[in-house]
Amino acid sequence: MVQSTTEPQPMDAKRGLLFLYQMLLIRRFEEKAAEQYTKAKIRGFLHLYIGEEAVAVGVIQALREDDNLLCTYREHGHALARGIDPDIIMAEMYGKMQGCCRGRGGSMHLFDVANRFYGGNAIVSGHLPLAVGMALAAKKQKKTNLTCCFFGEGAAAEGTFHESLNLAALWEVPVLFVCENNLYAMGTAIKYSHAITELEKKGAAYGIEAVAVDGMDLMAVIAAANIAAAKVRSSGKPYLLVCNTYRFRAHSMFDAELYRDKKEVEEWKKRDPIPQFEQFLLQKQWITDAEITAFESKIEKKIAIAVDFAEAGTWEPLDQLTKFVYSETGN
Amino acid sequence: MDNSTGKITLTYREALKQGLRKALQNDENVFLMGEDVGRYGGAFAVSKGLLQEFGADRIMDVPLSEAGFVGAGIGAAMAGMKPIIEVMTVNFSLLAMDQIVNNAATLLHMSGGQIYVPMIIRMGCGIGRQLAAQHSHSWEPFYAHIPGLIVLSAGTHEDARGMLRAALQSPDPVLLFEYTLMLNLEKEIAADLGFIDITKAKVLREGSAISIITYGTGVYKSLEAAAELALVGIEAEVIDLRVLRPLDERTFLESVAKTHRVLIVEDAWRSVSISSEISARIMEKAFYDLDAPVQRLCGVEVPIPYPAHLEEASIPQKNDIVNAVKKMIRHD
Repeated sequence: MVQSTTEPQPMDAKRGLLFLYQMLLIRRFEEKAAEQYTKAKIRGFLHLYIGEEAVAVGVIQALREDDNLLCTYREHGHALARGIDPDIIMAEMYGKMQGCCRGRGGSMHLFDVANRFYGGNAIVSGHLPLAVGMALAAKKQKKTNLTCCFFGEGAAAEGTFHESLNLAALWEVPVLFVCENNLYAMGTAIKYSHAITELEKKGAAYGIEAVAVDGMDLMAVIAAANIAAAKVRSSGKPYLLVCNTYRFRAHSMFDAELYRDKKEVEEWKKRDPIPQFEQFLLQKQWITDAEITAFESKIEKKIAIAVDFAEAGTWEPLDQLTKFVYSETGN
Repeated sequence: MDNSTGKITLTYREALKQGLRKALQNDENVFLMGEDVGRYGGAFAVSKGLLQEFGADRIMDVPLSEAGFVGAGIGAAMAGMKPIIEVMTVNFSLLAMDQIVNNAATLLHMSGGQIYVPMIIRMGCGIGRQLAAQHSHSWEPFYAHIPGLIVLSAGTHEDARGMLRAALQSPDPVLLFEYTLMLNLEKEIAADLGFIDITKAKVLREGSAISIITYGTGVYKSLEAAAELALVGIEAEVIDLRVLRPLDERTFLESVAKTHRVLIVEDAWRSVSISSEISARIMEKAFYDLDAPVQRLCGVEVPIPYPAHLEEASIPQKNDIVNAVKKMIRHD
């Protein structure tokens, strides 16, 4: 189920609780995923989004059910925020047949067409041209949906980033580009990657309106995303939203984090979006401490169910190895 | 053109154009995008006049952004359109290779059967116009290596006209190799081609002495060589592979069972080529049908040079085919 409605709604208790729930679900789901990784239940690469939850939740709430969504290989949070069932995400990470891609994609390649969730794309910036093409199709078909495309600041150094921004602006197609600037392309700090580190400035080169927002502040992301989505819808043109954020965990489970100072990480943790938003809700008296605790236990149960679902899942039979290489064999 | 015989005479360029035009007429979701396909009329004048006929929404000039526009074509296909993407020449397709390999070829399987990419990439290719090393690539083997792609080679005027429309019926991504050296070549073909099968190789000339297996510009060269060989009493069978992935084994294995001798002809470099694959499959599946080892005529492994005499020597020519066959049959 997609949690968003047609138009952005004003913040109220109901929506506030939903967003807190989503951020907590992402955080706890990923903590569990890391645990399952250390038990070798999940293999391959596992990229955690912990610390960046406000970006996915804040942006995706501005989308409609018919909007397309493309993400990176650090996309568990986006999949959950989009409303994809945690059970089939966890099963996918286990590589089980009951996963959203029959277990073929794993952590980096979550796809769920029913929710218009098009990856899970693991070649950095490789999905930006796809987003432009999906928006081009919508324009040709005279549809009113937009295509939202998340990518990291590392992607903004790739040629396809520049090609895609140029094409989207040239063709005037409705793409909401969302740059999640977590300051490190794997282990390379932004100052070693970009001559211009204020990434929003790159929009101007293509005549694309761009804005930067504090990605650790859910309310700020929501406000900026609502404006951005509304502009894309009304103009039919692309927009670049840069969310400045930080990942608290390593790049992947293999990363010894030699490239950044522990103090820096601790400083950023003081800006953790979840306690910040909890404080906001408490001040508004939309939630109590007891309710937050109840929330946590509800989420814990939900994740336990997802793990049980993944554990109980089955492996795709070997005779189906080549199914869907071509459509003829997939029917 | 002569309608009374049901045949028409046309150039390879005109054949390509007619195929393209029909595709655009038949389906509103089809559109052509590529560098200079509109206002310029196509780098090889294949799409000349189509902009005026179909409008700028359906004949889209694109900037020099191969990765960008090929990827956008893939995205448009994912969202319900049927794009025909022209990559001006196969040489530039390397700039879009990530999109072709990691997205177009991969998405259906990796998504567990959720995402189809019904897209066609047309690419001018071939050797023989003195364009030197960077513009003379034969990348058929590259792309034929990749599961998930359908790779077609239009070695005849029939296929130049018919393959595109057939490919539009495919839910899978199709790469169509077109040979620019043949653009002005005139041939007589049936006015109504009917159904064009893009799953099978084709026996273009029947023979009993040897099977010449080829594709692309090797097709007409091999047919000419076969005609010359017939004058000295050697009946060569000529097979146009047409579909380089997935390979139609049956057609060439049946031919081997009949002729017991095989010569494979291609422009691409010899190592790890289409001919390597064909040869291996014959060895695996028809070894005991052979009276002699499979022989190959391939591109010389060199960046294709500019001067005509060196360029000509870089790839198999008709006389090379004639001589190779004579040597195999008569041991002379």
